[in-house]
Amino acid sequence: MPGSVGIVSDSLVQARGLRKRFGRFEAVRGIDIDVWAGEVFGFLGPNGAGKSSTMRMIACVSPRSDGELQVLGMDPDVDGPQIRGRLGVVPQQDNLDTELSVRDNLHVYGRYFGMSRAAVRARAAELLDFVQLTDRADDPLEQLSGGMKRRLTIARSLINDPELMLLDEPTTGLDPQARHLLWDRLFRLKQQGVTLIISTHYMDEAEQLCDRLVVMDGGLIVAEGSPRELIARYSTREVLELRFPPGDEHGWPETLSDLADRVEQLPDRLLLYAADGEATLAAAHRRGVQPTSTLVRRSSLEDVFLRLTGRSLVH
Amino acid sequence: MMGEPLTFADRRPVLAGWAAVLRVVEGLWTWYRRNWRAAVVSSVLQPLLMLMAFGIGFGSLIDTSARAAQATGGVRYLVYLAPALLAVSAVQTAAFESSYPILSSFKWRRTYEAVTATPITPGQLAVGQLTWIALRLIMSGGAYLLVIMLFGAVRGPGVLAAWVFAVLCGMAFSALLVAFSAAQEQEGGAFTAIFRFVVLPMTLFSGTFFPISQLPRVVQPLAWVSPLWHGTELARGAALGTLQLSAAAGHLGYLVALLVVGVQLTRWQFRVRLTR
Ligand SMILES: Nc1ncnc2c1ncn2[C@@H]1O[C@H](COP(=O)(O)OP(=O)(O)OP(=O)(O)O)[C@@H](O)[C@H]1O
Ligand SMILES: [Mg+2]
Repeated sequence: MPGSVGIVSDSLVQARGLRKRFGRFEAVRGIDIDVWAGEVFGFLGPNGAGKSSTMRMIACVSPRSDGELQVLGMDPDVDGPQIRGRLGVVPQQDNLDTELSVRDNLHVYGRYFGMSRAAVRARAAELLDFVQLTDRADDPLEQLSGGMKRRLTIARSLINDPELMLLDEPTTGLDPQARHLLWDRLFRLKQQGVTLIISTHYMDEAEQLCDRLVVMDGGLIVAEGSPRELIARYSTREVLELRFPPGDEHGWPETLSDLADRVEQLPDRLLLYAADGEATLAAAHRRGVQPTSTLVRRSSLEDVFLRLTGRSLVH
Repeated sequence: MMGEPLTFADRRPVLAGWAAVLRVVEGLWTWYRRNWRAAVVSSVLQPLLMLMAFGIGFGSLIDTSARAAQATGGVRYLVYLAPALLAVSAVQTAAFESSYPILSSFKWRRTYEAVTATPITPGQLAVGQLTWIALRLIMSGGAYLLVIMLFGAVRGPGVLAAWVFAVLCGMAFSALLVAFSAAQEQEGGAFTAIFRFVVLPMTLFSGTFFPISQLPRVVQPLAWVSPLWHGTELARGAALGTLQLSAAAGHLGYLVALLVVGVQLTRWQFRVRLTR
């Protein structure tokens, strides 16, 4: 294997100083990644952070501009087709063939992997069942809802029994029930030994699914770890949320800043990061704060994200 | 609610070049299978109408003229026209298949993006797409051949060679146009311009209806660069049995050269656009 000398390991994806340039703009600015066999690896980050650009390089459809990259132990520039044959890719934007039926979308796609007709037929039936679209198999694609199309895209990505799946915002646009169905499916794939790389804007999704994740911002990785590690490292145990009537929140951050490790002001509320939320709330009341509502909760990835990128994901 | 647990198959090797190209053709065929009626109707109906209007209508006017007989080499105008229309129809079908559908597959349907996420490479996809267009031209040419046989405009088996030449001519044009279409980011007016300023003049001034020697001397070089003129000379010569070896070699050489250039440009353009 050319170029692989010295980096033989269990990691399915290994990137060192990976970069992607579009003209003079650099979307990915030198990142290191290791994805281990059997894990669910997440990319978090605000819009434009470079998540999709990175995933497209891993998917061997977008050549890297600089740095080292190995996927399944091979170099995408050399062995792109071999690697792609073992990947399952769910792009951010669906690209199903809108002029084919549901079933034909799977059949046609499977054939590109060199599968026999019989194998494709059997696998497609299995997958339609897996994503609960069997009763829609012969419908034209236009008749599917957005969430059904997303499920079909995921079924399609599984047609070749991939070892590694790349899912770019797989549940965006799905209703809560469909999301949970999908999480269940992804979890089952993981149990069967498939390695998953997921990008998402949903913190609950990342917490539920990911063993390990990186937070990207501006083309760089700004933090890396398991959801619990990240919360422990970048946030406090609890968070106190104070809501004020519009226009009344000004001034309070200064008054309260010494009560918490950190105070974050959002458009509609104030977040106080502290080990003990209730104690902080009592102290705030003693200083004359009169919020319209209060909430003490545990820290989540949302808070880590806010801290690292200065941006809230829930708008 | 619960589907069966998924099974995992053995690794299979990546398809070799031509096998991959054939899979692309198969994918395009799957689409066509559901939508063939409109395609067949348009690619047969159009030359059929031309055949009736010019070959029979117009032909009945001039078949008695001595000057016309001189130009057609003494055969009925319908017989003279039919093989040329075979080439025209190939070029027109090629123009339709190589313009909007190509841009759409990049931009709106985005099917090319889906294909190149599989082991299929952009270059294989490009060749598969062109191969598919060639098959379409063979099919519609065959249908047209049946029609002119019914009209009694076929003189002998030479028309089969005319069929091959017409397809070659259509592909020489198609490959260049596919490369052009693959380079378009927006629909803009590019395709309208192509149809108006390339396809239409080419149809009128490539010796289909009258020999280009009848054209003003200054515009004759335009016919020489037109693939349709070379295709028409070949198709008509083959059908009427008047083809000369040296001329044939020249026409063939030109069309093959255009085809080779077009295929290379198409492969290159697909690779550029699909690996950003
Ligand atoms: N083909 C392209 N040409 C030029 N710029 C691009 C291209 N693709 C992406 N970019 C730019 O690269 C940057 C990163 O884009 P990318 O799609 O990787 O972000 P992302 O993290 O996936 O964002 P989102 O959460 O919105 O999907 C953006 O500024 C984007 O405009
Ligand atoms: Mg993205």
